[in-house]
Amino acid sequence: MINESAVYWSRILMEVTLSFHIVYATIGVGVPIMIMIAQWIGIRNNDEHYILMARRWARGFVITVAVGVVTGTIIGLQLSLLWPNFMQTAGQLIALPLFMETFAFFFEAIFLGIYLYTWDRFENQKKHMLLLIPVAIGASMSAVFITIVNAFMNAPQGFDIVDGQIINIQPLVAMFNPAMPTKVAHVLVTAYMTCAFLLASIAAYRLLRGSNHIYHKKALYLLMKIGFIFTAATILIGDFSGKYLAEYQPEKLAAAEWHFETSENASLVLFGLLDDGEVKYALKVPYALSILAYSNPKAEVIGLDQFPIDEHPPLSIHYLFNIMVIIGMFMFAVSLLYLLAIWRRWSFVRSKWFRAGIVAGGPLSIVAIETGWWLAEVGRQPWVMRGIMRTEQGATTSSYVDVMLILFSILYFILAVGSIVTLHRMFKNNPIVKELAARNAKGDDVV
Amino acid sequence: MTLQLIGICVLWSFLFGYVIIASIDFGAGFYNAYSVLTNRSDVLSDIIKRYLSPVWEVTNVFLVFFFVGIVGFFPQTAYYYGTILLVPVSISLILLSIRGAYYAFESYGVTGHKGYATAYGIAGLFIPASLSVVLTISEGGFVELVGNVPKLNYKALFVSPLTWSIVVLSIVAVLYISAVFLTWYARKANDEIAANLMRKYGLIWTIPLAIAAGGILFEFRGHNPFRFEKVVDVWWLFAISGLLFLITTGLLWTKKKYGLMVILLFTQFAFAFFAYGISHYPYLLYPYLSINDSFTNNEMAIALIIAFGLGALLLIPSLYLLFKLFVFNKDYVRGAHDDHA
Repeated sequence: MINESAVYWSRILMEVTLSFHIVYATIGVGVPIMIMIAQWIGIRNNDEHYILMARRWARGFVITVAVGVVTGTIIGLQLSLLWPNFMQTAGQLIALPLFMETFAFFFEAIFLGIYLYTWDRFENQKKHMLLLIPVAIGASMSAVFITIVNAFMNAPQGFDIVDGQIINIQPLVAMFNPAMPTKVAHVLVTAYMTCAFLLASIAAYRLLRGSNHIYHKKALYLLMKIGFIFTAATILIGDFSGKYLAEYQPEKLAAAEWHFETSENASLVLFGLLDDGEVKYALKVPYALSILAYSNPKAEVIGLDQFPIDEHPPLSIHYLFNIMVIIGMFMFAVSLLYLLAIWRRWSFVRSKWFRAGIVAGGPLSIVAIETGWWLAEVGRQPWVMRGIMRTEQGATTSSYVDVMLILFSILYFILAVGSIVTLHRMFKNNPIVKELAARNAKGDDVV
Repeated sequence: MTLQLIGICVLWSFLFGYVIIASIDFGAGFYNAYSVLTNRSDVLSDIIKRYLSPVWEVTNVFLVFFFVGIVGFFPQTAYYYGTILLVPVSISLILLSIRGAYYAFESYGVTGHKGYATAYGIAGLFIPASLSVVLTISEGGFVELVGNVPKLNYKALFVSPLTWSIVVLSIVAVLYISAVFLTWYARKANDEIAANLMRKYGLIWTIPLAIAAGGILFEFRGHNPFRFEKVVDVWWLFAISGLLFLITTGLLWTKKKYGLMVILLFTQFAFAFFAYGISHYPYLLYPYLSINDSFTNNEMAIALIIAFGLGALLLIPSLYLLFKLFVFNKDYVRGAHDDHA
């Protein structure tokens, strides 16, 4: 018995919830690393500015963590509320990483509380910094485990189906599925990259608005370096992801690349519009798809023609793919240019237009995170577990999903406004100049 | 002991952990809002903040742990409860989110903001009420199977006296637990004014608590004779709980041995909570879902129990550290220095 409208609204509600959550979740994964690096540099160089950076980021981080925690709780329960049939099956197959995720989260929550409230309690700041290690590990590990769950949905394994019964379950084999390495790596590095650029965009914004404070310059330089490294890693892992798709999930790659017919020497389709099955205004790069898929310009790439039509993912994911890749490339160029310019003492890094580009980088990275997830998720339609369970088979049969969608949308709006207003007030009333002056007046030893 | 029993014991213990620390949390939020609104925040806010700030995140994890664990150990609960609880649990989730987020906004961002304090204070009081509906549903009588699909009868649930008795009990218990705990915490901080105020609140709630708890037993009798018999089977556990309650109240009244009082408070609720759980055995959702027919496969159960053991090795020392630093540390509790980030 399938309730069509419940399936439809469940999909929308899940998408809204996840799209909202991943903004805060990404910050939750990446920012602890940035705080850790800043504090470490501050201690090592005995530089008050970096310590303050860590402290200010940590303060803002709490606000985003709060929203991340509550929306994460929502997702945890919505999985069962909106997809009870799926979770019944998934509970038998993939409960282990879900369970481990809560441990990682637990671990992080405990040490974040301790970190935030022991700033002045230790004589030695290094001891205080050690508390950040479990926070960062917990944050990244919870991303690892939850991504493993998602990877399993893309590449289910570790069990057999005999006469409709699931048997021979191997929890570890299910966890270490083929989609897992690229997915986990991609999620982690893009989260670090995004957070570096988000914080960089704040520093660049301050400079753009006329501040000439060395604090912001130090922050910007540090973050652009970190951002550059993780963007490079992102591009490399993105390439591995393409190769994974070609091998294990060719229909997703084919839909994302508008590769309709299986062929050798496949060219990569960039941009373009799809009109009645005709690709228009596209830029075709010869052999590039074969290279992306198999590192070999002549390799045969499987097209959508190999799959029954009711198993085709929506072709609109091509646009998402383009946006994600372009933003990644743009950020790579911006951070590379910035570092080159600092090294070669080119003056354009201080120009308004270049700083505006860096300011745009933070929000753009978030857009790339969103489009990347939509690409990954919509791209495995019509499956909730690829090849095993179709989305409509996993959905709830309960009514009122549409009403819940409205209620949750209002909630997310309230949370978004609340968190932005709070963050804004927090830093507006306490700019860096004021905080530095207050600390000097108190005569604090910083390290 | 079977794997099923291990699973449910672990989960029930975590739920108990959640009930206790969330009660302190929700009650404290309510008292804080009340004191902010009546312009007496100088008396209570400091004490409440000092306790809550480092632990609020941890509270939430206990709940997450429970519902992730139950789907892992008993996947069929996802099917039954997931289908019927869409509306009630969504409402709880919305309240939980407002509370959690606005708690952080108020405490870290704009301290003393009346609107934010009210938002999380009020939301906190509705959460136990909305979550306790799940307990009512688990008693049976509100769910029918249509074909193979469970359907919740909202009207029956809404007009049932059992529902409202459980709701009232949960709210009163939250206010009571929180007040008694904070009395102890304020005493530790040498904050006599706050301690006296919390003590007064604690005493105010004793009588409603006794009446509500008694009322539930009475409701059970009419609602489901089978369940009532099972409750009677473990009457002595409930009796111990009642006795501990009297001693706790006595200590609160006579202002003696606050440390022992808090321990007895927790023990009292542990007896009641586990007695309730035992009387529920073996049903997860009466009468459709028992813990035996909903249990996960053996491989996953063993993997989960191993993961739980390893996780506990990590968590117990961490939690110990947390409590050592913020609950049992005299300097911190007294607010000796400002540690805030």
